[in-house]
Amino acid sequence: MLAFLIRRLAQAAVVLAVVGLIAFAMFRFAGDPVNQIVGPDTPVSERAEIRKSLGLDDPVLLQFGRYAGNVLRGDFGISYQFRQPVTTLLAERMPATLELAFCATLFALSVGILMGVYCALRRETFLAKLFQAISLVGVSLPTFLIGILLIFLFSVTLGWLPSYGRGDTVRIGGWTTGFLTVSGLKALILPSITLGLFQMTLIMRLVRAEMLEVLRTDYIRFARARGLTTRAIHFGHALKNTLVPVITIAGLQLGSVIAFSIITETVFQWPGMGLLFVQAVQNVDIPIMSAYLLLVAAIFVTINLVVDLLYTVVDPRLRTSVGRTA
Amino acid sequence: MQRRCDAVTSSLKNALLALGLMVGLGAAPAEAQNVFRFAFQGDIKSLDPYSLKESFTIGMHGAVYESLITRDKNLKYAPQLAESWETPEPTRWRFHLRKGVKFHDGSPFTADDVIFSANRVRAPGSNFQTNVPSDAEFVKVDDYTVDMKLKTPNPIAIAQFSTWYIMSKAWAEKNNAVQPSPPTATSPSYAALHENGTGPFVIAEHQPGVRTVFKKFPGYWDKVESNIDEAVFTTIGNSATRVAALLSGEVDWIDPVPLQDQPRVESSGNAVVMAGPELRTIFLGMDQSRDELKDSSVKGKNPFKDKRVREAFYLAIDEDTIAKRVMRGQATPSAILIAPSLYDRSGEIKRPAYDPKKAKALLTEAGYPDGFTLTMDCPNDRYVNDEAICQAVVSMLARVGVKVNLNAQPKAKYFAKVLAPGYDTSFYLVGWTPSSQDSHNILYEIAGCRNDPKSGRGGWNLGNYCNPKIDEIADKVEQETDAKTRDALIKEGFDTIQADWGYIPLHQQALAWGVSKKVTLVQRPDNMLMLYWVSKQP
Repeated sequence: MLAFLIRRLAQAAVVLAVVGLIAFAMFRFAGDPVNQIVGPDTPVSERAEIRKSLGLDDPVLLQFGRYAGNVLRGDFGISYQFRQPVTTLLAERMPATLELAFCATLFALSVGILMGVYCALRRETFLAKLFQAISLVGVSLPTFLIGILLIFLFSVTLGWLPSYGRGDTVRIGGWTTGFLTVSGLKALILPSITLGLFQMTLIMRLVRAEMLEVLRTDYIRFARARGLTTRAIHFGHALKNTLVPVITIAGLQLGSVIAFSIITETVFQWPGMGLLFVQAVQNVDIPIMSAYLLLVAAIFVTINLVVDLLYTVVDPRLRTSVGRTA
Repeated sequence: MQRRCDAVTSSLKNALLALGLMVGLGAAPAEAQNVFRFAFQGDIKSLDPYSLKESFTIGMHGAVYESLITRDKNLKYAPQLAESWETPEPTRWRFHLRKGVKFHDGSPFTADDVIFSANRVRAPGSNFQTNVPSDAEFVKVDDYTVDMKLKTPNPIAIAQFSTWYIMSKAWAEKNNAVQPSPPTATSPSYAALHENGTGPFVIAEHQPGVRTVFKKFPGYWDKVESNIDEAVFTTIGNSATRVAALLSGEVDWIDPVPLQDQPRVESSGNAVVMAGPELRTIFLGMDQSRDELKDSSVKGKNPFKDKRVREAFYLAIDEDTIAKRVMRGQATPSAILIAPSLYDRSGEIKRPAYDPKKAKALLTEAGYPDGFTLTMDCPNDRYVNDEAICQAVVSMLARVGVKVNLNAQPKAKYFAKVLAPGYDTSFYLVGWTPSSQDSHNILYEIAGCRNDPKSGRGGWNLGNYCNPKIDEIADKVEQETDAKTRDALIKEGFDTIQADWGYIPLHQQALAWGVSKKVTLVQRPDNMLMLYWVSKQP
């Protein structure tokens, strides 16, 4: 078990290093940061000097080596745009992204499971067909379009919900939360729906398919023969067995919800890490870009690691095979 | 700390109320104060007033910091921290400072702060070094009088004083902010996150890239025209969201309103589009320095070195159509590289009319009867409809036989290419606002010969259009103190550029602010929003 863990951690380190290296190779195509951090009438000689002192003229490998060395010491650098440490900026923005991801996942799970169950049990009803149609929309419409449609309907036309930002937030220690104010909660609704819609569709279709599968199995038939109530059969037996793959998928999707909140955050001006990243790309703020990419890679690696470990805990067969190879 | 706890408990109460009643939707919290909310597409990058020369940021600094001499609603000089000034000799300026002015931390404003700021603004790492003449020596006469001694007479020595904000010496020394934080700094800068000016507003909260809150400064020395108690700034990068926020009444001011959304804003009933000419001039430049153009079908020579080719390009471009169609009327065609409000005699120079026939004849005469191919560089996220303008130029040039390959890129990539050492471009589009609001800047930066890499002359002359006569004129203009003679010299300069077909000026784009009908404010052509002129119906 320990050997398995160590091997996995070593693999994770390699993944992070490769992500960092690829990112650095790509930054050369993002443009020149110097023109973004000085005003237009800065003389050419001064620009060249800044470029040199930032080390931008060095070969990519050297730049990467220097960066990796700093990161290992815990130093992620200073943002070119804001002249503040990247870690501070990311830490400030992280609560917004995590709260949004949490709400989006919650929305996707609760609504997705309800709709999936309904579609499986009442296959022929009008509502079930409507849900299926909605799920098609959720899969096919791009996120930014959904976001803008929601804004125009609920903010501009109806005037019910805010079109941008987080509303009022409350600071508790190093964490800012929007859960404790009315405007903060209202501001969460539209972005959560936008971000969670795709996952919701996925979960709904998964639940529906699994549920139909389970309802055909022998133990459900046997339960009916025993004369159990429909309610107990559907929710006590069928749904419980449906949820195992749903939980796996939802867990894996959490990583992508955090990582791909970039578009939702841009549309709603949600002050999270994704928005910070987009602003950084526009301004060629290399320290923020590299730190964000490393962070996202780390999130994915961690989630995969945890899932792998959970499998071995849940499934004894995997445990023995791990033990044998290790 | 007490305040923070109160905020937590009152917010908790709010939340409980909402949860208990389950009717959170639609209920707006009561606002006792008059709050002005506004959104811009970019950020307030840093609170340090010497870090980045960018119009919006400078305008925001102007709410909390003040200068010796400011600009009024018509961009004319007006006294601010200097009550008055005079030039006893052409090389000596005397400033009489205002008494009784306090910084936001309560310390008094004196001559020491002016001298400190004059040094700091010209220190390495400052982006405003040219705002104060580099040869100027500042001398304290007494606590409220300062002399500026120059080596040579300079009539526009104070032209950029309005954006040279005065900082407190004691505050900077206390907070380790004596030097401006350079772009290459490896430690965070205190002045980038905190302010201590003398202006009518203080910054109560600043979260870079997210939100900034301005509050009235109770100890301000002057009466303020604005009736707002608080101003909340948010960045909204996405244009559709920005317009939605204005239409739904969540913000009172946005900049910019995209051209295609302007009719929608106008017809909404609760907001209007405030349009006005901007100081920025959009123009095309041509590489006149290389012996062979990059990526061109013409080998062994540079067609732009032939004046007839430059004239043909100029005449082949139908600027009226660009202004009318591409810019939907939100542009003023221009014959020179400076906005009319910055040069009194600009009306005397006329734009040669669109003449594709003559253009074709000129190309034939120059030896290109079938035209040639070349590459054009163009930004696609910097100026209003920049890429569309370039596409129009490409199709107009195609009519006279010139095949242009358009290379339109985001500004980060575009400027990296055209400003690279050696200036990697043959034909390009750029917009320029003279930071000194004076024609000398154009004659020096845009039209000056790029011969000496050490001097800043011709720094933005990307195609190296070079006529030594312009340099002579620029040097005279810099020192000429008589306004009439000076204007005549400038006219000669602009006439020379036109006679050489050195540049192809296109237009001044229009500013487009979206403003709530509840708000009255002042729009200056320099595109700076000044909070002290903003009023809102409570």
